Amino acid sequence: MPIKVEIISPEKVLVSRDVDMVVMPGEEGDIAAMPEHAPMMLLLRGGTVSLYDGDTVTDQYFVGGGFADMTPTRCTILADEAVPVTQISIDAATARLEALTEAWDAADKSDVARLEGLMSKIQSVRAEIDAGAGN
Amino acid sequence: MASLKELRASIGSVKSTRKITSAMKMVAAAKLRRAQLHAESARPYAVAMRRMLGELAGAMSGEDGAPKLLAGSGEDRVHLLIPITSDRGLAGGFNSNINRTTRLTIRRLQAEGKTVKLLPVGRKGFDFLSRDYAGLIVDHVIGVGGRGVPFSAASDLGAKITKLLENGEFDVCTVVYNRFQNVMSQVPTPLQLIPLGLDAAEAASDPNAAQYEFEPDEQTLLERLLPRNLQVQIYAALLESAAGEQGARMTAMDNATRNAGKAIDRLTQKYNRTRQAKITNDLIEIISGAQAV
Repeated sequence: MPIKVEIISPEKVLVSRDVDMVVMPGEEGDIAAMPEHAPMMLLLRGGTVSLYDGDTVTDQYFVGGGFADMTPTRCTILADEAVPVTQISIDAATARLEALTEAWDAADKSDVARLEGLMSKIQSVRAEIDAGAGN
Repeated sequence: MASLKELRASIGSVKSTRKITSAMKMVAAAKLRRAQLHAESARPYAVAMRRMLGELAGAMSGEDGAPKLLAGSGEDRVHLLIPITSDRGLAGGFNSNINRTTRLTIRRLQAEGKTVKLLPVGRKGFDFLSRDYAGLIVDHVIGVGGRGVPFSAASDLGAKITKLLENGEFDVCTVVYNRFQNVMSQVPTPLQLIPLGLDAAEAASDPNAAQYEFEPDEQTLLERLLPRNLQVQIYAALLESAAGEQGARMTAMDNATRNAGKAIDRLTQKYNRTRQAKITNDLIEIISGAQAV
């Protein structure tokens, strides 16, 4: 029995189809959505969402943080940004990582909220580069 | 009576005006299609976001300490108005409708003894409001909505609003934008962003609401969802406004083209009559000259 997965970015719907399992990067660790999973809402960190048909990964998308809403029959991923892993531009991501690292060095070290924000962005871009490189 | 030369010149100028307005109409029609598509593809995110917020709010109902973005500051004294207009004119009543609605709202709120602050988006609204209400403008945004609306425009604006809220600069925040009804009509609509009017009944009726698990926890999720929701709402308003602008421009330019056509017909008729009268006059002169010999 399949589960309906939707990956939605603010601009558009990227995926809307039935799969057997979705593995996504939860803020507190990766988590898999399968049919009959208990309803759950979670925060996502930057990372790769993998769609499974049977035991094989059919598609991979990079999401830059967001939210997921799971019910027994569907899994909705609201991504801050989302790209198919095959379309990641490593050069652009590396440039962004450099800009963020500079911002980190220049940031006021007592401004914890800003530091936390920057850190999660840096981690997200690193995950994007890893995802792009592994493909 | 205008001379033939003058008439010819004005026919020529109206003709070139018609060329311009009809070209603008075509351009607006093409942009409208794109803007509409854009607005439609952004809708699922807003819908899903709303569903999640509803479920969260349902699970959290009865608990105290709701974040400011959801509940506001608990007062109703200072109102922040965000009128969304376009940067460019020649779009019929598109901008003036928003400006009029904004002015009426300002007057109504001030009559009720409330303080009003303004954050106009788009050059037309900013120019208009800085004439009469320059002292109320806390900030403005220009340059959104030309070629497509990037989501970053909405998140920047959202960040500005959140910052103002945290500094206690306002209690209630309302966006005034043109809701895209159809190509012909855009309705100036006020949309209250803060405090957020979540439909509690809608949330409670969801049978799943009670069994939901939250990770990390409800409070953290809500704190992260709310700013995003604010951005999404603004994004939706910006997109609708962008589509409405093109629709309004298309209609206005269509009318202008038709009016130019009518003016050309009128001028051409006048030109032909004048020309005939002149020929008749010339003939009379020649004939009477010949008779005199």
